[in-house]
Amino acid sequence: MNARIRWSLDLVRELTRKELKVRYRNSFLGYVWSVASPAAQALVYFFAFKVIVRIAVDNYGLFLIAGLFTWQWFTNSLTVCTSVFLNNASLIKKVAFPREALPLASVLNDGLHFALSLPVIAVVAALYGVWPRLSWLYGLPILVCLQFLLILGFGMLVSSANLFFRDLERLVTILLSIVFYATPVVYRMDMVPERFRTLLFLNPMTPLVVNYQNLLLHGTFQWGMAVLSLTYGLIWLGIGWWVFSRLRWRFAEAL
Amino acid sequence: MITGEIRVDHVSKSYPLYFKLRAGFKSFLFHLPSAVESMRHARFEALHDVSFAVEPGQAVGIIGHNGAGKSTMLSLLAGVMLPSEGSISTSGRIAPILELGAGFHPDLSGAENIILNAVILGLTRREAEEQYDAIVEFSGLGEFIGQPIRTYSSGMLVRLGFSVAVHTKPNILLVDEVLAVGDADFQKKSRERILDLRRHSVSMVFVSHSMEAVRAVCDTAIWIEHGRVQATGTAATVAAQYESHA
Ligand SMILES: Nc1ncnc2c1ncn2[C@@H]1O[C@H](COP(=O)(O)OP(=O)(O)O)[C@@H](O)[C@H]1O
Ligand SMILES: [Mg+2]
Repeated sequence: MNARIRWSLDLVRELTRKELKVRYRNSFLGYVWSVASPAAQALVYFFAFKVIVRIAVDNYGLFLIAGLFTWQWFTNSLTVCTSVFLNNASLIKKVAFPREALPLASVLNDGLHFALSLPVIAVVAALYGVWPRLSWLYGLPILVCLQFLLILGFGMLVSSANLFFRDLERLVTILLSIVFYATPVVYRMDMVPERFRTLLFLNPMTPLVVNYQNLLLHGTFQWGMAVLSLTYGLIWLGIGWWVFSRLRWRFAEAL
Repeated sequence: MITGEIRVDHVSKSYPLYFKLRAGFKSFLFHLPSAVESMRHARFEALHDVSFAVEPGQAVGIIGHNGAGKSTMLSLLAGVMLPSEGSISTSGRIAPILELGAGFHPDLSGAENIILNAVILGLTRREAEEQYDAIVEFSGLGEFIGQPIRTYSSGMLVRLGFSVAVHTKPNILLVDEVLAVGDADFQKKSRERILDLRRHSVSMVFVSHSMEAVRAVCDTAIWIEHGRVQATGTAATVAAQYESHA
C-alpha cells in the first residue's frame, strides 16, 4: 500500500479513536448516554403522539426509535462538525495535515455509536414481536453507508463555512430543529397531504428515515429510496467537498 | 536520503480582513455592499518581498518585534497557508514544534497524546509506536506519562511537544518561541538534540525573542520588521544589530 494512503488511514483512525476515548474517559456510561438520549426522546414523543394525540401508527414505539436513532447521528455529527475546525485551531494553524480528516473522524465516531445502538433497536423490535430479518443483513449496512455519505457531505460543508461565518452554528441548530419536523420521524409519510409529499422528499433525510422504518418494521428494503439517498449523498458530498476545497487554504488565516 | 532544504523566493503575504464576516451574518447582510468591498480591498500585508534559503543542516533565526511577521513566515513554511506572491519550496517532512499542548487533548494521558500527535505530524501508527519509548525517555516525564495532560505544568507540556516533534524523523524543524519555557536542564538537552539533528542534515527555522538563544542555535539570522527584511547575515551580527536598535 502506498505510504501516503497508509498514513492517511492511520490519521483518521487515530483521530476517531481519540474521540471515542474522550467520550468514554469523561463518562464510563458513554454508550448508555448515546442510547439514552434518543430513547428518552422516543418516550416523550410516544406519550405526546400515541397516548395523547392517539396517532394511528402501529408499533409506534419501534417506529419512533427507528427514526430518532437515525436522526440523532445526523444532528450530533452536524453539531460537532460545525465547530470541529475551530476546536482544532492550534493544529490547523501549525500542521499541514489533511484537514478533511477532522470532520471525517467525527462523523465516523457518531456513525460507530449509531451502529452500536442497532442492537438496542433490535431489542425494542423484539419487544414489539418483530424478529430480525434476512433483509436487515444487507439493508442496514447499505443504509448506514448511504447515511454516512450524506452526513459527511453536510459535515464538510458546515465545518468549512463556519470558519468564515461564525454564527453558522446557531443557524445550523435552528435549521436542524425545523428539518426534524420536515422528516417523517414522528408521523408517517402517508399522513402527509399529497401536495407536500414531493416537498418532503427534497429533504435528503426523508428517503433514509423512511427506508430504515420500513426495513425495521416490515423487513422491506426499498431500493428506489436507496437510489434517491445515494443521489442526495453524492450531491451533498460533492457540494461539501467543493466548498471545503475552495476554502481549505484560508482556514489558517481565518482562525 | 532526503535532506532539509528551504527556498523562499520573493514571498509576500497579505491577509484579507475577515472581521466583517466574523462579526456574523447580520452585520454582513446589513452592510453587504461595504462588506463585499472591504473583502476585496482591505488586505493587510504581513510580509513583503522576503527571500532567503536554508541549506541542509543549517539553522536560521528569524527575529523582529511583535507583529513583524515571524509567525506568518513559519505558517507559510509549514504549508498551512499559501503566499500571496512569490514561491516557497521545502523538501522532506516538516515538524513544527507546537506551542504549549497544541494538538494535545487535555483528558488523554501523555502516552495517548504521544501516539496521536506523532501520527498527526506524519508518522504511521506503527512508526509512532516504534518511537514511543525514545519519546518518553527524552521527555523525562517518567511515571507522569500515564497521567492526563491537563495535570501537566507548562514545562512538562513543552518537553512532551518537543520530544514528539524531534522523533518524527523530520527534515525541517520549525520552532516558534516555545523552547524558552522548559527548565535549564531541558533547554540544554533540547539544544543538544537540535545540534545532533542538524548534523544529520535537518535544517531549522528558529523564531525567538532571546538573542542569546539565536546566537547559540543559529548560523544565520533574518531580522524582519513590519513584514520587510531589515537585515540578514550571521546570527551574531544580526542579533547585535537588533540589540543596538532596541
Ligand atoms: N490570520 C490573520 N489575519 C489577519 N491578520 C493577521 C493574521 N495573522 C497575523 N496577522 C497580522 O500580521 C502581522 C504579523 O503577525 P505575526 O506573523 O503573527 O507576527 P509575529 O509572529 O512576528 O509577532 C500582525 O500585524 C498580525 O496582526
Ligand atoms: Mg508570533
